[in-house]
Amino acid sequence: MPVIDLANPTRFLTVVNRVLPWLIAATVILFAVGLFRAMNAPDDYQQGATVKIMFLHVPAAWLGMFGWGLMSVAALGTLVWRHPLADVAGKAAAPLGAAFTFICLVTGSLWGRPTWGTYWVWDARLTSMLVLLLLYFGVLALYWTAEEPGRGARAAAILSLVGAVNLPIIKFSVDWWNTLHQPASIFRMGGSTIDPAILTPLLIMALAFTLLFVTLHLAVMRNEILRRRVRSMRLIQARELHA
Amino acid sequence: MSAFTALLTRDIRLAIRVGGGALMGALFFLIVVVMTPFAVGPDLALLARIGPAILWLGALLASLLALDRLFATDHDDGSLDLLMMGSLPLELSVATKAIAHWLTTGLPLVVIAPLLGLMLNVELKATGWLALTLLVGTPALTFIGLVGAALAVALRRGGLLLAVLVLPLTVPVLIFGVAAANAAIVGPAPFGPPFTILCALSLASLVLGPIAAAAALRHGLE
Repeated sequence: MPVIDLANPTRFLTVVNRVLPWLIAATVILFAVGLFRAMNAPDDYQQGATVKIMFLHVPAAWLGMFGWGLMSVAALGTLVWRHPLADVAGKAAAPLGAAFTFICLVTGSLWGRPTWGTYWVWDARLTSMLVLLLLYFGVLALYWTAEEPGRGARAAAILSLVGAVNLPIIKFSVDWWNTLHQPASIFRMGGSTIDPAILTPLLIMALAFTLLFVTLHLAVMRNEILRRRVRSMRLIQARELHA
Repeated sequence: MSAFTALLTRDIRLAIRVGGGALMGALFFLIVVVMTPFAVGPDLALLARIGPAILWLGALLASLLALDRLFATDHDDGSLDLLMMGSLPLELSVATKAIAHWLTTGLPLVVIAPLLGLMLNVELKATGWLALTLLVGTPALTFIGLVGAALAVALRRGGLLLAVLVLPLTVPVLIFGVAAANAAIVGPAPFGPPFTILCALSLASLVLGPIAAAAALRHGLE
């Protein structure tokens, strides 16, 4: 079956229903392996066992940003092709991205208490993740206030693209404003500075989180398609009652 | 060009003549600045240190509150539909409305900022620099807010939704505005880099804001 067939919501639903159990199984297995490896990873010589928070914190941060990327791609589908499935994909990604960003902030705050001595510091990376969360809330607010799904989706698509242009600027300006967080240490020139004993579980956890995101995203998309069908059926019913 | 000037003068006239809209923002700005010493105490040294921040925050809130009227009244009386069907490209007419809006709400803030700076114990010489940062920074606030105003009017909502949408996007403007003002007043960081970045933010939003706002209106009001 060519990929383009997935653009039909009904075919999309059949494929999702077939794929979802496998995805759930793969997610559970990867989380089991990842968490086991993470628990057995050596402690940091300075931070002790608290370094294990990283295995939740870093993947959540990646997926918090990935969610906005997904929304921006979906926004192009909404604005350029007016595709209803792109609307649904964007709408499904917003609460997920917000949730992962929130997890990143909470775990970061819990990690900050033993290492930096405080739950919250106005450090550059924490602050830009917080602004990202606020931007997610803005998109969610748009969906909440829109009376008609299509209109809300187009408004949110424009906001997603504006946010996508703004996010690097916000990141840069917050970096300028204050820096305490350690610089990037996994992807950088000259290889990673993290020991493989910690890096491997981290990458497994990142994969597990990504699969979790994809699984949830597909499930939310399915629910949203069904919800829209219920809505249009109700509208037709109301019209018939009225006539 | 005549359509541009006609729209510009119409919007400025409306802002000045109807309900004192233009001065309301400046009045709000004054009240925010007056409220601050009640909250943080009348310590002049402290006020001098946080003065630029208070002025920038006040200007941000004042320009945010005025945004509601940017499209809402035109949408209510139908002139927004005429603008969308008019000969001027929608991006350009939206930009014109934003310029008129800045001239009537942003510029008064810049003008009274030196006076308010004196009330916050900012030195007389430094108030000029402070006003300069507001002069180049407030257009960015207006043009970023333009997108939020267009989205809000397309959804027939305003008020708090507008604030929730717009405020996170203005973080860079606030950071570089206050950084430039602080550099000019207390130092030791150089004034040039944050100031030029502030100019860049204004110019970029001048280009991108109207495009996004026009797209929001087209997609929302069809």
